[in-house]
Amino acid sequence: MSESKNFDIRIPIQYGLIAGVVALSVSVIGMVDLFAQRYLIAGYLTLGQVILFLAPAALSYTAAGKAPQGRKGISLLYGFLAGFISSLPLAGLVYLSGVVDLRQFLPNVSPALIEILTFGRGQGEGSLVLMIVSSTIGLVSAAMHLIPGRVRKPILYGLLWTFLIGMFSEILSERIRNFFGLDSVKAIFEARALHPGAAIIIFLLTAGLTYLWSERGEDIKYRYASMQPKRKTQFRSGGIIAAILILLIMPLLIGTYLSEVVNNVLIFALMGFGLNIVVGFAGLLDLGYVAFFAIGAYMMGLLTSTGDLGVAGMSFWLAIPICVAAAVGAGLLLGIPVLRMRGDYLAIVTLGFGEIIRILALSDLLKPYIGGAQGLLKINKPIIVGNALVKPDHFYYVVLAGVIIVAFISYRLSQARLGRQWMAMREDEDVAEAMGIRLVNTKLLAFAIGAAFAGLSGAIFASKLTSIFPHSFNILISINVLCMIIVGGMGSLPGVVVGALLLVGLPELLREFAEFRYLMYGVILIVMMLAKPEGFWPSAVRKRELHKYDDMDYGEYPETIAPRAETRDPGLGSTPHL
Amino acid sequence: MAILTANSVTKRFGGLVAVDNFDFEIDEGAIVSIIGPNGAGKTTFFNCLTGFYQAEEGDMLYKGQRLNGRTPDQITRMGIARTYQNIRVFPAMTAIENILVGQHPRLKTNWVESILRTKRYKDEEEEAEEEARRLIRYVGMTGLGDQIARNLPYGAQRRLEMARAIASEPQLLLLDEPTAGMNPHESAEMMYFIKQLRDDLGITILLIEHDMRVVMGISERITVLDFGIKIAEGTPLEIQKNPQVIEAYLGRGAAAGLTETANPEAVY
Repeated sequence: MSESKNFDIRIPIQYGLIAGVVALSVSVIGMVDLFAQRYLIAGYLTLGQVILFLAPAALSYTAAGKAPQGRKGISLLYGFLAGFISSLPLAGLVYLSGVVDLRQFLPNVSPALIEILTFGRGQGEGSLVLMIVSSTIGLVSAAMHLIPGRVRKPILYGLLWTFLIGMFSEILSERIRNFFGLDSVKAIFEARALHPGAAIIIFLLTAGLTYLWSERGEDIKYRYASMQPKRKTQFRSGGIIAAILILLIMPLLIGTYLSEVVNNVLIFALMGFGLNIVVGFAGLLDLGYVAFFAIGAYMMGLLTSTGDLGVAGMSFWLAIPICVAAAVGAGLLLGIPVLRMRGDYLAIVTLGFGEIIRILALSDLLKPYIGGAQGLLKINKPIIVGNALVKPDHFYYVVLAGVIIVAFISYRLSQARLGRQWMAMREDEDVAEAMGIRLVNTKLLAFAIGAAFAGLSGAIFASKLTSIFPHSFNILISINVLCMIIVGGMGSLPGVVVGALLLVGLPELLREFAEFRYLMYGVILIVMMLAKPEGFWPSAVRKRELHKYDDMDYGEYPETIAPRAETRDPGLGSTPHL
Repeated sequence: MAILTANSVTKRFGGLVAVDNFDFEIDEGAIVSIIGPNGAGKTTFFNCLTGFYQAEEGDMLYKGQRLNGRTPDQITRMGIARTYQNIRVFPAMTAIENILVGQHPRLKTNWVESILRTKRYKDEEEEAEEEARRLIRYVGMTGLGDQIARNLPYGAQRRLEMARAIASEPQLLLLDEPTAGMNPHESAEMMYFIKQLRDDLGITILLIEHDMRVVMGISERITVLDFGIKIAEGTPLEIQKNPQVIEAYLGRGAAAGLTETANPEAVY
């Protein structure tokens, strides 16, 4: 809600400049020309263009939103101006490149880039076209405010889905070819891009479905909520069975490459469930979580390796419980000295522990036993009825089993007394202690169970790779897992899987972004945190903690209730209940 | 029979003596109050009793057992519960969940059983939930059980803290300013409720209070602290007329000019 009722030139200038700087930055670092070859819609739209104009579009939309209520003209003007202003830095760059060879300072400002920015029309005319295109984009973005929400949402979702399908065309076309043959693929895709016709159809389809869901979604949810309990349980059981079936045939559906991606996702999800207990449930900030992962992995290596360093040559299955036990031991070892620490101090100490383990793994001291930088090689794969599970499609089932067990335990604990102990401890440690909760036990259990899950994950990880090296067990993994559960929703179980999909699955699928992978990753993280700080699938508790519900309905609560009537409770009787 | 005895309890914070050689005793089943100006050391004494602070000197005995050196969770499991001056319910948990946490000392199944959902576990949880709901009704919060504690109105949060405190089935209940922030009507209800706790459930009550109507209305005995030192002890009537008490609350001149106040036995 804007204060002034009038046109404020500062708003479009502000947003336009920000957008301009962003567009300039992505051009100058080389993203735009790198992806200019990558068509999303064959012959029409490249990824480079999307990246270039994304900031101007988004910020013009925001600027338009800042117009005073009801002043549509001003809103459109804001968008137009913001779009125009955002093109100015780019036009400046085009001009400069004509005067000076910028490649001395900015190696990525190649002729190719200038080509793109000027739409192939040379400096003068091209800059003009750039400004016109940018202003138009700004205007159109602003116009999105004028469309009713019911229409706007399907349009945005339609665009998003079309973009995603264009982006992942390679993977999708491989799958479609698998199931439907080459002709089907050719109908939709051309090279790695969408046919324009296919793009339009996809847009209309997804926009339409979004619209239908907005209209009917509440209806369906209501019908579900008001179903008879028995029918509801039937429905839920049916849903769970369907989910399990899909999980079981997943490798067949997604193929080998994606199975490998999913395996990575699941291994991290396994770790996520563990950290979810330590940080999400118990509120103990552990930044050295990778230590338990490493211990599980190295234990599996030592026990099953057929190489020089292996001690026992055990089978995978026999080694698993020992790996988990080793991790639990380490968890207790870490937990005991840190019992009194809170918050930041706990974070630092656990961080130190993680580093200790990594340095030990790398050290010359332990090199004779665990291989130092040369790593531990020739680790065994799991064997079922004589067959080693080498293919990702098959190994998938081992990881899946691990995740299901761990998720199950997490779920049961979250509903139980221990879950309440953790939650109380997280909310107010002193009061929790005053409730009779033994803090020592509660904290150690959190560390131990969290470590157990990480150890399991590490053991499976070692077997998957068949050789492990210290550099895989660095602090970045601890941070990644932490980000994962924050993005997914701390304390929430489905959130762990969502977080893993987003933070582990996405970078895998973004491999074609090459060196810009982590830039994208960082941007996505920031955007997600701004949009949904409680996570993508938050637990009910987290939602309460992060959003102030000032429109809660208390129902009929009179300020004072005479307890006289209430205390004559039939349950109380005349004898003391206690 | 004394349920709680404190002998020469002293608590220091560096150079400040918050509680100074304090002797104190409560009989089982009694309702007793500690009063005094702000900063007199009342809550500090509570914190010593509950193990949150460790007293430097003196002994505290509960049913013959020493409280000194024990951790708060041990003391709660011995049968002492407390509420807080500034309400400290678990804000993001529902009222029922708060009370379930309060029941912690009563519950016996362990976490392994909870994963396996043994019959013993399921029965205990069901019983605990029923008991929590009963306590909600008992403190007059019917219908609010599934509300998030933070969103509850002030009065309800106070009741919730009470319910949570009695959920552990204590024999001694320490109430720290239970009527803070309440209007006279609410205070009267709270007073009645506290008496109910003692009459129905046999809980011994130790009260810190500033509201004199409440203090005089339900206390059988009152102890007065000022600067950590006990300056008076006796029945409500005695305390009201004690010049040192009046001086501590109202200043030196007031003692001279004050006459007897309204009937201390009155219950509003």
